[in-house]
Amino acid sequence: MASRQQAGAADSARQRELLSPGDVARTIARIAHQIIEKTAPESSANRVILLGIPTRGAPLAHRLGARIADFSGVSVPTGVLDTTLYRDDLRQQPNRPLEPSSVPAQGVDDALVVLVDDVLFSGRTIRSALDALRDQGRPRAVQLAVLVDRGHRELPIRADYVGKNVPTSRTEDVAVRLNEIDGHDGVVLRRSEEEER
Amino acid sequence: MRHLLSAAELGAEEATSLLDTADTLKRTLLGREVRKLPTLRGRTVLTMFYESSTRTRVSFEIAGKWMSADVINVSSSGSSTSKGESLRDTALTLSAAGADCVIVRHPASGAAHRLSGWLDETGTQVVNAGDGMHEHPTQALLDAATLRERLGGLDGRRIAIVGDLLHSRVARSNVHLLRTLGAEVVLVAPPTLVPMGARQWGAEVTGDLDAELPGLDAVMMLRVQAERMDGAFFPSAREYSLSYGMNEARLARLPEHAVVLHPGPMLRGMEIASRVADSPSAAVAEQVRNGVHVRMAVLYHLLAGEEVTA
Repeated sequence: MASRQQAGAADSARQRELLSPGDVARTIARIAHQIIEKTAPESSANRVILLGIPTRGAPLAHRLGARIADFSGVSVPTGVLDTTLYRDDLRQQPNRPLEPSSVPAQGVDDALVVLVDDVLFSGRTIRSALDALRDQGRPRAVQLAVLVDRGHRELPIRADYVGKNVPTSRTEDVAVRLNEIDGHDGVVLRRSEEEER
Repeated sequence: MRHLLSAAELGAEEATSLLDTADTLKRTLLGREVRKLPTLRGRTVLTMFYESSTRTRVSFEIAGKWMSADVINVSSSGSSTSKGESLRDTALTLSAAGADCVIVRHPASGAAHRLSGWLDETGTQVVNAGDGMHEHPTQALLDAATLRERLGGLDGRRIAIVGDLLHSRVARSNVHLLRTLGAEVVLVAPPTLVPMGARQWGAEVTGDLDAELPGLDAVMMLRVQAERMDGAFFPSAREYSLSYGMNEARLARLPEHAVVLHPGPMLRGMEIASRVADSPSAAVAEQVRNGVHVRMAVLYHLLAGEEVTA
């Protein structure tokens, strides 16, 4: 028991809160407003689809969809786009389990697809998402919404909607926690475990 | 996973993870115009078939191609084997030529295992696509995938494997995998076609198919393998069919939800009646369809992740 308390204290010493649970909710609401403003989903000519990238992009997309429906009265279809099979770093890591994708029944053809992810870092996940999306059809346009942009891009990719820009060092880790998966909301910055070792 | 040599070596967790991957791949490709994933781009898969096969070879080839691997087929006739080259030398040659994975079918039990020993230090991975009368793990996986889909799960289900158990690698692989996944297995065959030691596999053994029918969730019919039979194992085909064939009368005695499987090729009128094979209870075409996804999952688990140093 004592050792667990110590571990807990050490945890808080090497991590800093970036977004509180309230901040997460407000940030999602702000992004929802921006998406409404920029895409005008209430016009029938603009079919908008939100696709979350697993793991935490999926519940994020769902929450964004709910907020957009609250604010604009238009229900925007949401789905999940797993990018594992399209990654370029499969050989550098142990085998990854696949997550099922679910794209709204109308498909992505001619729709405006907003990809949703928790953290934008190297941009490689988004590249694989663009490839995965191409196999689903031909969207009219693709945009990107992220809760946190932490920099260090390795590809010419940028987000259209950013919850919070956070300058980070490569040895740090941005951990997004969402109620649906982790039991609570929040974003923390911590030194990565590799550096600890 | 380093190699896939037998269903017996698969634990419940690994087997379930393979089946889940197969299921996700199936749903990923469902309704797609272009059934091609870039996942195994640049990987080379060789099939070495020393025995005739249609569905297994084609299924592996399609699985590899849908994952963008380069798949090359080698058969024993028309290769250096017909000039007298040993299995070991052929395998080392193919590995040296750049194979990342060798899928082998061989009439000798244990061939895939020997091959994996020879190829271990080269880093080439081995998949057993049927070795003699020993194992055929991907068949057991595709049967499990089909049953899971039809029955909603395998835990506590009662499944009969009926027919030529003696010569069947499918039966052995299925007993191991189904039991690992929590099913009860009962083996049904005339005493002459029950292999020595079958009672140690952990399944019940009986000769009375009719008594079992009402309590079954699935029946797996096996082909009578005349090409491996060097003696008289039953009096006549007609007599075999009367006692162990799945006909309409027997189908009617199965519970409504029960599934009839056959690994193919089917001998219609021998172990399975045509009416049964074409009935909605039969899942023969689904088995073949799931075979592709299961083999994609196997290739994904073997070839996609970081190289495992043995």
